Amino acid sequence: MSIKGKAAAVRFDGVSKHYGPVVAVDRISFEVQAGDLVTLLGPSGCGKTTTLRLIAGLEMPTAGSVFIGGDDVSRLPASARDVSMVFQSYALFPHMTVFENVSYGLSVSGVAKAETRDRAEEGLKLVGLSGYGERLPSELSGGQQQRVAVARALVLEPTVLLFDEPLSNLDAKLRRRVREEIRGLQQSLGLTTVYVTHDQEEALAVSDRIIVMRNAEIAQEGVPNELYEAPRDLFVADFIGDANVIDAELVQRDGDYATVRVGGRVDLRLPHRDLPAGPVKIAVRPEAIGLEASEEGAGLTGTVTQSTYVGNHVEYTLDTGLGEIFVADYQYDALIPAGSRVQIAFRDRGVTLLESQT
Amino acid sequence: MNRPAALWLAVGWGGFALLPWYGVEDGFWSFAWLFDYPAGADAAPALLQILLFGRWWLAPMVLALAAPLVVLWRQRSDPLFSTVLLAAGSFGTVCFLVQGFAIGLGGWEYATLEAFFGPLADRQFGMGYGALLVSASFLFLFAQGIAARGAINGDGFVIGSIALVMALVAAFIFFPVVRILASAFQDNDYNFVPYLFVEKLFSRDIWGVGCLTANVNCGVAWNSLLMAIVVGVSTTVLGLAFALLATRTGFRAKRLLRLLSVLPIITPPFVIGLAIILLFGASGTVTQAIEAITGTTPGRYIYGLPGIWLAQTLAFTPIAFLVLIGVVEGVSPSMEEASQTLRASNWRTFTTVSLPLMRPGLANAFLVGFIESLADFGNPLVLGGNFDVLSTSIFFAIVGAQNDQGRAAVLAIILLAFTLTAFWAQHRWLGHKSYATVTGKGDAGLHVALPRRVTWLVYGSALPWAGLTAVIYFMIMFGGFVELWGRDHSLTLRHYIDAFSITTGAGGLVWSGAAWNSFWTTIYISLISAPLTAAVGLLTAYLLIRQKFAGQEAFEFGTMLSFAIPGTVIGVGYILAFNVPPIELTGTGIILVICFIFRNMPVGVRAGIAAMTQIDKSLDEASLTLGASSFATVRKVVLPLLRPAVIAALVFSFVRAMTAISAVIFLVSANYDMATSYIIGRVENGDYGLSIAYSSVLIVVMVVVILLIQLVVGQRRIGRRDEAVNVAFGAGGAVG
Repeated sequence: MSIKGKAAAVRFDGVSKHYGPVVAVDRISFEVQAGDLVTLLGPSGCGKTTTLRLIAGLEMPTAGSVFIGGDDVSRLPASARDVSMVFQSYALFPHMTVFENVSYGLSVSGVAKAETRDRAEEGLKLVGLSGYGERLPSELSGGQQQRVAVARALVLEPTVLLFDEPLSNLDAKLRRRVREEIRGLQQSLGLTTVYVTHDQEEALAVSDRIIVMRNAEIAQEGVPNELYEAPRDLFVADFIGDANVIDAELVQRDGDYATVRVGGRVDLRLPHRDLPAGPVKIAVRPEAIGLEASEEGAGLTGTVTQSTYVGNHVEYTLDTGLGEIFVADYQYDALIPAGSRVQIAFRDRGVTLLESQT
Repeated sequence: MNRPAALWLAVGWGGFALLPWYGVEDGFWSFAWLFDYPAGADAAPALLQILLFGRWWLAPMVLALAAPLVVLWRQRSDPLFSTVLLAAGSFGTVCFLVQGFAIGLGGWEYATLEAFFGPLADRQFGMGYGALLVSASFLFLFAQGIAARGAINGDGFVIGSIALVMALVAAFIFFPVVRILASAFQDNDYNFVPYLFVEKLFSRDIWGVGCLTANVNCGVAWNSLLMAIVVGVSTTVLGLAFALLATRTGFRAKRLLRLLSVLPIITPPFVIGLAIILLFGASGTVTQAIEAITGTTPGRYIYGLPGIWLAQTLAFTPIAFLVLIGVVEGVSPSMEEASQTLRASNWRTFTTVSLPLMRPGLANAFLVGFIESLADFGNPLVLGGNFDVLSTSIFFAIVGAQNDQGRAAVLAIILLAFTLTAFWAQHRWLGHKSYATVTGKGDAGLHVALPRRVTWLVYGSALPWAGLTAVIYFMIMFGGFVELWGRDHSLTLRHYIDAFSITTGAGGLVWSGAAWNSFWTTIYISLISAPLTAAVGLLTAYLLIRQKFAGQEAFEFGTMLSFAIPGTVIGVGYILAFNVPPIELTGTGIILVICFIFRNMPVGVRAGIAAMTQIDKSLDEASLTLGASSFATVRKVVLPLLRPAVIAALVFSFVRAMTAISAVIFLVSANYDMATSYIIGRVENGDYGLSIAYSSVLIVVMVVVILLIQLVVGQRRIGRRDEAVNVAFGAGGAVG
């Protein structure tokens, strides 16, 4: 007896969810490939949890269709969908033992007693909790409770596994370990997984693909490094990592690249992203800026207004002709004191044109 | 095949083709009709009624039962499936209602119909098993149709439950009230006479103000209002005093205060009135003492406003106490501490911060007392003398020599208008806060000590009152052991023997005591209605807290409404509504059970709401995503976690059924007499000894049963959810 994944693809086709006048999800479409882990990332209230609940069947779409494994499940209730969910609060039944919790889904679906028993044991083994079956959830630590919740969802061999901010109730140290466990389990079982979080680092770490949401809509979708390296707009650039947004001018395009002039003096070669010549905005990661303490030079200059030592790097705030710029320096030799004049240089990576200018 | 739809369709056909359509003689549980089955005119099922007895008006329902057969094997998502179910359910229900209301005991109910169709050779009686199943089938087929449309996540169980609760509330709360409204416009022969309504509505004995100028009685409406306001004020003031005593002073016997607050819950309200007669009546202890000291005979001074006021204040102060203890504890200590750091004295803090913060709570307590007083029936009946109030006037309009249903209806409408106004004000004022659990934790910090003046005031009012309450309960417990109170104080067991003697006769034990009949009926009816009440109440709470659907606010208001309808009004309504077909229930035990279920349902609702708001909703959702239906979720997850609320609901509905009087007194019959109405009857005959003996036995029995329920339902608790019980007690606001 072993637990297998029965991965199926998930597809949203113009799905909306309204609560009276409030629009929680606005005509979104996306697809999750079978066996992928896709993260829904966004600030609170962006519609990511509603999207997850639409997959689970805990909400019904106001418009549009939800497909799981090619079947339209838009009107199917949660109990009739082959989907399991791990809740933010874990939602372990407090009046049942760990074993009863894990076997609950099997026993209500009418699986034979012996098989239920085997699969529940298997599930507990999978998350490393064999022998904890007779305990009550309240007798377990937060991390253990979380694993029980995962086991409970896994034993049903769902076609899609959903996670609603699974790490938010764990302390910071534990988070990294649990998220690696989840990712490991997901990959070894080949599960289709949709994962909701508001923590960009978590999203970058676990995902095959990330869907960034904003105001009930999809802001951008892509693989992690694409989102980090080439955010489409200010919102995504700012939400995934920090970004300085600087006005610039696209001078000319050749091939895939364009020459972009910053501050009237420095030219950068960046992928043009189909933008026409004229004023543009670029996003610059704080660690993509190099500083050199010197009075004058050919490049851009600025004045350090604040310099802060934070252990593994130094943070500077600069006052420049382009506005205020935030810099994180991981290769510092000596702290540049506030008030110093500095030369600013852009590194090759971490600078990108923004597709959307708003 | 769609299983739920098939199940309900099968139920419908069973009810239509197999079971007797009409109510059978000798009651619901009697099976004597089997001798006459299936071809007898009384016991025949609907199908045979059509074929053999020419009751053609039952025939259209065949259509509604046949149509769903066609789509039973279709996919649930098929639009035709839901359309047919919706059409069949609604068409069936309409046919069902129309034939039920159009044709009664005397053939056509309406002259226009008779003129159109010609007179009927036949008539029909109240509905029975068959009709019950068929109507349920239509209701749930309709619900399945809605579910197939995807409403409320396509959950058939939830939609069915909503439909069921709505249908029940409509049939057993709204329909009787509407019947009252209708009969206010009718004379005793059911003719429509609007001017009679106007005449009755503005009659002098309701609205007269003669008492201000001459020595005559004022109108009953004024009497009731005056009484309600006075009682509302006095219970609020005393309740506040007790609440302050319990939470803000160093008073040592706080546990006793808790006990004091539980006692009235298990005491039928009029028992207090009874004890007051023993103390202050013509031959009462206090009266005799006054006589001995002053040499004058005070007479019947207690009857009328003073007596009712005293009895009601004693009876309802604990309810105000329970409302206000949460309010007093709810005042955040940090507010008071902030006031103090701003250099306000204790007195200023109390009057400018604490008291104003309690204002909504005080208003609530007042309204609760106001409604209770208006609705109280037992005390005015026992102690009223010539001081008539609305609730007793309604009773005498029905049972007295007048037998004027129109007048009873008009009085009921006025009383209902008063209580509904108060209920509406309460609802509006406090909104949903009235449900919120008051944890009493507030934030950290210590409550500021009471100013000394207030402390003395609190002690000075609460302690004597507590003393009086203790004396009253002493009277109740021991008054029954005295030969004839006020005349002959020799100790005796005579009253208990009269009421509860058991002798051995030819057939073994003979329950020869006068009270046994009503006693067993009361126990039996209360035990049947308690679990049903709890079930309906908790189901309603589940729908209100755990589900979201269109019209939820109206649904909530409708279900809580029965709290605001005084028992006498419900009693009159039930008599008017259920004395004639289509639902013929008067004189049965079922009408008592139904009455208790819908009068006490809000208790279960409140207990359920209080408990359910403390249970994380994602537990339900987890169960759903794990493949459990919502019915299985309720059974395996919600109910086990609701155990304290289940106990609270069971205890309350049992106790309230045992102590109820106002609606019951209209509905009892020779076969089904209840303890409370029996006692009231004895009181009216001046038989105080037996009455008080019986009352004390009732109280003891209730305590025993409450403990038993606790034991049986058990207490595997997770966390600190035992507060639910207290909350339910505290929510009070019930109408006697």
